Amino acid sequence: MKTIQRHTISILLENESGALSRVAGLFSARGYNIESVNVSMTNDPSLSRMTLVTCGDEQTIEQIIKQLNKLVDVVKLMDLAEHKHIERELMMVKIAAKNIEACAAIKRIADIFRARIIDIANKTYTIEVTGGQAKIEAFLEAMNDHGIQEVVRSGALGIVRGSATLKVDEKA
Amino acid sequence: MELSGAEIFLECLKAEKVDTIFGYPGGAVLFLYDALEKAEKENTIRHILARHEQGAVHAAEGYAKSTDKPGVAIVTSGPGATNAVTGIADAYMDSVPLVVITGQVNRDLIGRDAFQEIDIVGITRPCVKHNFLVTKLEELAPTMKKAFYLATSGRPGPVLVDIPKDLTAEKMAKADFSYPETITIRSYDPTTKGHPKQIRAAAKLIAQAKKPIIYSGGGVILSRAAEELIAFSHELDCPVTNTLMGLGAYPAMDKQFIGMLGMHGTYEANMAMHGADVVIAIGARFDDRVTGKLSKFCPDAKFIHIDIDPSSISKNVSADIPIVGDVKAVLPRLLAEYCSLGETIDANALKQWWRQVDEWRGQDSLAYNQKDDEPIMAQYVIDTLWQLTEGDAYITSDVGQHQMWAAQYYKFNKPNRWINSGGLGTMGFGLPAAMGVQLAHPNETVACITGDGSIQMCIQELATCNQYQLPLNIINLNNGYLGMVRQWQEFFYDKRYAMSYMDALPDFVKLAEAYGHVGMKIERPCDVEGALKEALSMKDRLVFLDIITKPEGNVFPMIPAGAGQNEMKLK
Repeated sequence: MKTIQRHTISILLENESGALSRVAGLFSARGYNIESVNVSMTNDPSLSRMTLVTCGDEQTIEQIIKQLNKLVDVVKLMDLAEHKHIERELMMVKIAAKNIEACAAIKRIADIFRARIIDIANKTYTIEVTGGQAKIEAFLEAMNDHGIQEVVRSGALGIVRGSATLKVDEKA
Repeated sequence: MELSGAEIFLECLKAEKVDTIFGYPGGAVLFLYDALEKAEKENTIRHILARHEQGAVHAAEGYAKSTDKPGVAIVTSGPGATNAVTGIADAYMDSVPLVVITGQVNRDLIGRDAFQEIDIVGITRPCVKHNFLVTKLEELAPTMKKAFYLATSGRPGPVLVDIPKDLTAEKMAKADFSYPETITIRSYDPTTKGHPKQIRAAAKLIAQAKKPIIYSGGGVILSRAAEELIAFSHELDCPVTNTLMGLGAYPAMDKQFIGMLGMHGTYEANMAMHGADVVIAIGARFDDRVTGKLSKFCPDAKFIHIDIDPSSISKNVSADIPIVGDVKAVLPRLLAEYCSLGETIDANALKQWWRQVDEWRGQDSLAYNQKDDEPIMAQYVIDTLWQLTEGDAYITSDVGQHQMWAAQYYKFNKPNRWINSGGLGTMGFGLPAAMGVQLAHPNETVACITGDGSIQMCIQELATCNQYQLPLNIINLNNGYLGMVRQWQEFFYDKRYAMSYMDALPDFVKLAEAYGHVGMKIERPCDVEGALKEALSMKDRLVFLDIITKPEGNVFPMIPAGAGQNEMKLK
């Protein structure tokens, strides 16, 4: 039996047009899963950092990593599953706040999850939550009774614990 | 003094010592062609005008596969670029070093659905090693340098450079131009040497083998490591089998050679793979046409896998000892390590193994019987061609039955002589590829073994052959069918021959003549040898031999889909 495992892969990409599409294209062409993907610039303007969450058996993950490394735009990568690491996701949710009781209940749940209400409108609260996947999902479940209107999630971001870093080696 | 983008482009080609470029002009590449015209006049770079962009790219592939240089092709934007895609994909699958230049619309028109605009960088992304859209003139030279470097290093492959038209007209000071002598790409540094620990482990495993086999592929040819492979194999004295792409890397006439393996490989090659206890895979990628059903593949074997591309290792078959590196660098080290171990393969075990392999050989799975009063057998034609050319011709092929027969019956003793489309299986490859080979080797015999289906896919290149006076031998094994499709329909679709009959075939003799060549039609076995001799003796003419062969001939041996290597159909 092959066991399917979730892997979070951090990738340093050349900050060039098409780089993201090469990674996305690789996954669709070879039939690999993408659970979430996040990409943004870094402090080095020539590099983007991508956090990609995928799942597969050991052999598939090994191929994914080899194939990613083969892309010329991939400068360096790290399978965070091999390291102690921290994952965070940002979510913004709009929730129907029908009446005073609902408003209070939503506020209470938000406090429990250390979420923040970042906007209010007539009968709608917009809430920001940060956390690991489990917390995000627990929050959504807790809010389910209140009528979730809209959800936007960043996908996971990951970083290794301690002083180890994912960065490009400076060659002398 | 100023240089235009087109002139810089030309300087780049010269710096890369490009002597031949295959292409087809069009609006977006007019400035580039203006520069190429100048090169033609000063006799630095010769441009070969194909009759279709697919032909241009296949010709560049033929040129590259038969030499140690990359192939270079240039096409215009839009349809020129999309027509080139099949050739690019073909080069990708067979790891052919290629630099393909596509014209693009002016930079300010990109994204506006301009005339002949297509996002060719997007289209080709999954079938190139890498590609570039050049957006600044000062980036043109470094990009060209990167393209040639990427195409030819590591596991070779096609690299596409898309150049907007206005950039080719733009000018910069000559003083600001220099072609970089070297280039480093921070994310790209292929491993070549092979890890010493892995090499030692491999040597030890080999020494303990009782039934070893060498399974070598196209990587040996790409790495120019035929000599190293021969030295290594002779020391081990074990059976050697080649993949379709690897034919010629090991001399077919050597006594250790047991033929090609895989779906249409020899009985002895497949049985030996099935029975082996140690498989040494060298520059081969365990393609599905080689392995058959994976769960039945080499049940008793441990695998040593040498490949420059880490992603080829353990992709289909899990390697016990992976060695990432260039075959040419790894093999001598592995040999030295093996020789210094103090133990070698047990001589008695090896003797017994050879006795078994020779017994399988005794099956003579490629035997055929051409009778005088029966239709011509393709096997007989290729066998005769092999004898007449003493196994020393450059052979290109298209895709289908004739390709398998060529691989089985033309015994290649040298690398780079067998030029075919293995991975993508592109019908239409053979004729243009042969043009590229002949242009690279003007004084050598080049034969294109093709079929009545495949030849019609790039038949227009007969005009190119006329223009450049390429004395190819085209051997059209004409059975009136898409033979491989028909064979599968016979075996697996209850003889329902859906669309595999090639009705309304042209008169190939007249067609060849219309293009200015010599055409001959051969219908009897007794005429085959004479016709081939005559064709081969015409050193200054293209001869198109339309050989009418047995309509329902089948390629044997064959491993049916889903079967194991030891479950071959022999007839």
